[in-house]
Amino acid sequence: MYAFTYHRPATARQAAGLLAKKEDAKILAGGHTLLPTMKQRLASPSALIDLGACADLKGIVRKGRNVVIGAMTTHAEVAESAIVQEAIPGLAWLASHIGDPHVRHRGTIGGSVANNDPAADYPAALLALDATIVTNTRKLGAEEFFTGLYETALEEGEIITRISFPIVSKASYAKFRNPASRYALVGVFVAKRGSDVRVAVTGAGESGVFRWPEAEAALKARFAPKSLDGLKATAKGINGDMHADPEYRAHLIGVMAKEAVARATGK
Amino acid sequence: MSATGIGAAVRRKEDHRFITGQGRYTDDINRPGQAHAYFLRSPHAHATLDKIDTKAAAAMPGVLGIFTGDDLTADKVGGLICGWMIHNKDGSPMRAGPHPALAQGKVRYVGDHVCVIVAETLAQARDAAEAIVVDYGVLPAVVDTASAAGAKTVVHAEAPDNTVFNWHLGNKDATEKAFKAAKHVTKLDIVNNRLVPNPMEPRAAVGDYDDGEGAFTLYTTSQNPHVARLVLSAFIGIAPENKLRVVAPDVGGGFGSKIFIYAEETVCVWAAKKVRRPVKWTSDRTEAFLSDAHGRDHVTHAELATDADGKITALRVHTTANLGAYLSTFSSSVPTYLYAPLLSGQYDIPAVYAEVDAVYTNTAPVDAYRGAGRPEATFVVERLVEVAARELGKDPAKFRMQNYIKKFPHQTPVIMMYDTGNYAASMKKALEIIDYKGIGKRKRDSARNGKLRGIGFSSYIEACGIAPSAAVGSLGAGVGLWESAEVRVNPVGTVEVLTGSHSHGQGHETTFAQLVSGRLGIPIENVSIIHGDTDKVQMGMGTYGSRSGAVGMSAIFKALDKVIAKGKKVAAYVLEADEADIDFADGHFKVKGTDRTLDFGSCALQAYVAHKFNGQDLEPGLKEGAFYDPTNFTFPAGVHICELEIDPETGITRIERWAAVDDFGIVINPMIVEGQVHGGIAQGVGQALLEGARYNADGQLVTASFMDYCMPRADDLPSFDVGMTVTPCPSNPLGIKGCGEAGAIASPPAVINAITDALGHEDIAMPATPQAVWRAAQKSIKRMAAE
Repeated sequence: MYAFTYHRPATARQAAGLLAKKEDAKILAGGHTLLPTMKQRLASPSALIDLGACADLKGIVRKGRNVVIGAMTTHAEVAESAIVQEAIPGLAWLASHIGDPHVRHRGTIGGSVANNDPAADYPAALLALDATIVTNTRKLGAEEFFTGLYETALEEGEIITRISFPIVSKASYAKFRNPASRYALVGVFVAKRGSDVRVAVTGAGESGVFRWPEAEAALKARFAPKSLDGLKATAKGINGDMHADPEYRAHLIGVMAKEAVARATGK
Repeated sequence: MSATGIGAAVRRKEDHRFITGQGRYTDDINRPGQAHAYFLRSPHAHATLDKIDTKAAAAMPGVLGIFTGDDLTADKVGGLICGWMIHNKDGSPMRAGPHPALAQGKVRYVGDHVCVIVAETLAQARDAAEAIVVDYGVLPAVVDTASAAGAKTVVHAEAPDNTVFNWHLGNKDATEKAFKAAKHVTKLDIVNNRLVPNPMEPRAAVGDYDDGEGAFTLYTTSQNPHVARLVLSAFIGIAPENKLRVVAPDVGGGFGSKIFIYAEETVCVWAAKKVRRPVKWTSDRTEAFLSDAHGRDHVTHAELATDADGKITALRVHTTANLGAYLSTFSSSVPTYLYAPLLSGQYDIPAVYAEVDAVYTNTAPVDAYRGAGRPEATFVVERLVEVAARELGKDPAKFRMQNYIKKFPHQTPVIMMYDTGNYAASMKKALEIIDYKGIGKRKRDSARNGKLRGIGFSSYIEACGIAPSAAVGSLGAGVGLWESAEVRVNPVGTVEVLTGSHSHGQGHETTFAQLVSGRLGIPIENVSIIHGDTDKVQMGMGTYGSRSGAVGMSAIFKALDKVIAKGKKVAAYVLEADEADIDFADGHFKVKGTDRTLDFGSCALQAYVAHKFNGQDLEPGLKEGAFYDPTNFTFPAGVHICELEIDPETGITRIERWAAVDDFGIVINPMIVEGQVHGGIAQGVGQALLEGARYNADGQLVTASFMDYCMPRADDLPSFDVGMTVTPCPSNPLGIKGCGEAGAIASPPAVINAITDALGHEDIAMPATPQAVWRAAQKSIKRMAAE
């Protein structure tokens, strides 16, 4: 690790002020990706701005037909939240299956979303639930937010403050874990909101999280696992590595989508 | 049996300090004034070292010294050694290139040691490393085991075709004849996947130099500190043995990888004198992946001949073994004498012939890893036997039993003289545990749920307790493999045992104390086991090859014989009786036929008080030592049966049941032995389903972290059903055979035999990852559809 200065602002506003002032500063929002990278000397920010003390970035509330989660809310807090469990149980289930207990108690939803690791779980939920990402300067739809591998629409100096999830009628997630890292080799989030159905896939796309329109069309006709019988995701644009080549990953998208629908429909 | 003697499931004495965080590992040791070493490692698999410019780095803050291979040479520090000489088929010695602790002229694998930076802090040493400019002349790399021999790229000029040796064992003519006469021949091509040992504690070293005494101390993560001292002193030339102390404190796992003498400890102890400061190095996990000696990595073609009755008549193999870029300490023995002599398995096979080619490649050195050669042999034999049974339409359990050795001692065609065993007893017990009769129904139930269920056998044998010094000497070992022990009785009757064995997780502090407690009739709390310090224990050969019970404890047993004999002499004086009339039992010396007794503690006190006898007839004191050299290897054997279910949709393999029936001879502590079996199976399942070190064509290790190298986790494993059979080992006084490696030896073929049973074809290699199994299952489904 190289030397850096450490800052612990008390509010998001202070954090934004520091971020604007410090060159090469990085936001610390859990640090489960950033800190190991710094230890390996692969990242060398001059300053770390730890959002851990920003009370205004924490907490979960229900606002009308939405569940709003503060950016610095940990995965464990989302998983255990009575509000989330009641309103969008599939999202709580997803949070309860991120990483391991260490990760779930340090990692945050804002950190995960801002990092946009192509094998992270949350991006699939945000995309399928059509969530809104609120920053210190604006609001962004999930579709426009995730722009590529580890890339988002966030601009310099911009900090995610909260994420707003519309409450849907049915939703759930299924993932096939990478045997070694236990990240999502393929993760599929399905959500049914009125007549609309969204299917979002993480872990598999060459350019990150994406929607699977064929599955959405099939599920719109009938939201049941059977509707996906015989439907195959294309291996085009799908990631390949030593753990899973594109063909296997594409196959698993179908298997996981079915599993997610089964879980969402209680079957 | 006493409550703490042999056979009792005594809770581990050492666990209090381990589970309360009070273990003392090498990295916990900090010497006053300690500096830190950082090794600049090669990012290339193969390159000439054209220039190492350290000028800017040397001037950086905190830097105490930067050293290269030339500095070692200037100080007459020799290279690392390989301690086992193998001869080629034609009788010529193996072709080995030099193995400098710091590279000279060339780097040969990613992670090879370019130079070392010693600085006040580790961060300063790393900063300085980044300022060193190395001109590499990058060369093509040779990586692949099967094609290394004769590749254009040459790793060492001394081995121009990258071949270290072409070795063979067995009876070639008889084997060829038997194959010509065979009714059926089973053929298999097998890859035994390369593994990274990954002990929980990474390697570490602290070198210290005392200028006043002119003496060095090395604290290091070693399974055999005396062997480390011998090599560092006699071969590498750090200092004479009386000026070099090696301490291996608590060691957090080794699995073989901490047997070897590595570059890092050599450099740390040497550099301590150069900078006149203690020098510490602790491996980080990436360095461990890159530079700990790896295991396995064989490519084999194997054939089994059977006659018209299904009797096995011959076995032959050709194996290419990848030894990596340099010959590690015992690397050459692993694919030869620890491998081919086990190719007869548990079977009466009249003719066996093995050819082994060992190759250099631009990869990390490969050496002994839990089982060392024996897992590779067992995998070959047990896959061949299983497939032969299938091809012949025979039940795999019955086919094995038909071919088991039934009379002992049994001389195999490949060196080994099996002393005792009852293989069918283990098989029968394992079949009962797994409910073999019900497998048909369970397979049908799985099929109804769209799953594929399979069952796989493994009848393994291993040679442990290595080994008779004369025998291993005749096979090329540089040293004999005896063990030493010293039993020091204190005046109050408490006991310290100094042993040359070294515990790195095995629980010696408990099991060795059980032996002493039982034999001397004293509380186990009164016994302390001391190991791992060359200043305390005079000499020893260390712990590997499941030898600490069979060899290490036998040395203690011999020393205890002497303590009891001396005690009888003391008791005779005190009790005023004839020495021949003194019996010793249950902690008391007793005059035969009388009620006159002397308890062990009082006897010890009298031995030191020494008022009752004069020093001419009987020396004061109660302390005895012994060296024990075994008369034979020991032969633990058993049967493991794995039952599993494959989900053809995802390729996930779930192990549903596991029966393990092992014959370890006499068991000292059944709880610890069961733990060894569990851990061994976990490691073997890891090899079969999850683990595999992979280099790309450029020689980069692409599985250099736990993100990509898959270790077994608790939820990958079933609950194990462990059973035992016992045939006491006749070649050591305790009847012990050894248990440390059995699980890792037995389990890989059991898993793969079960997977191939489920799949209905043999086309799968280790590790059988979900992707590989899914693909293989698609083939099964296509075949089933075609049928």
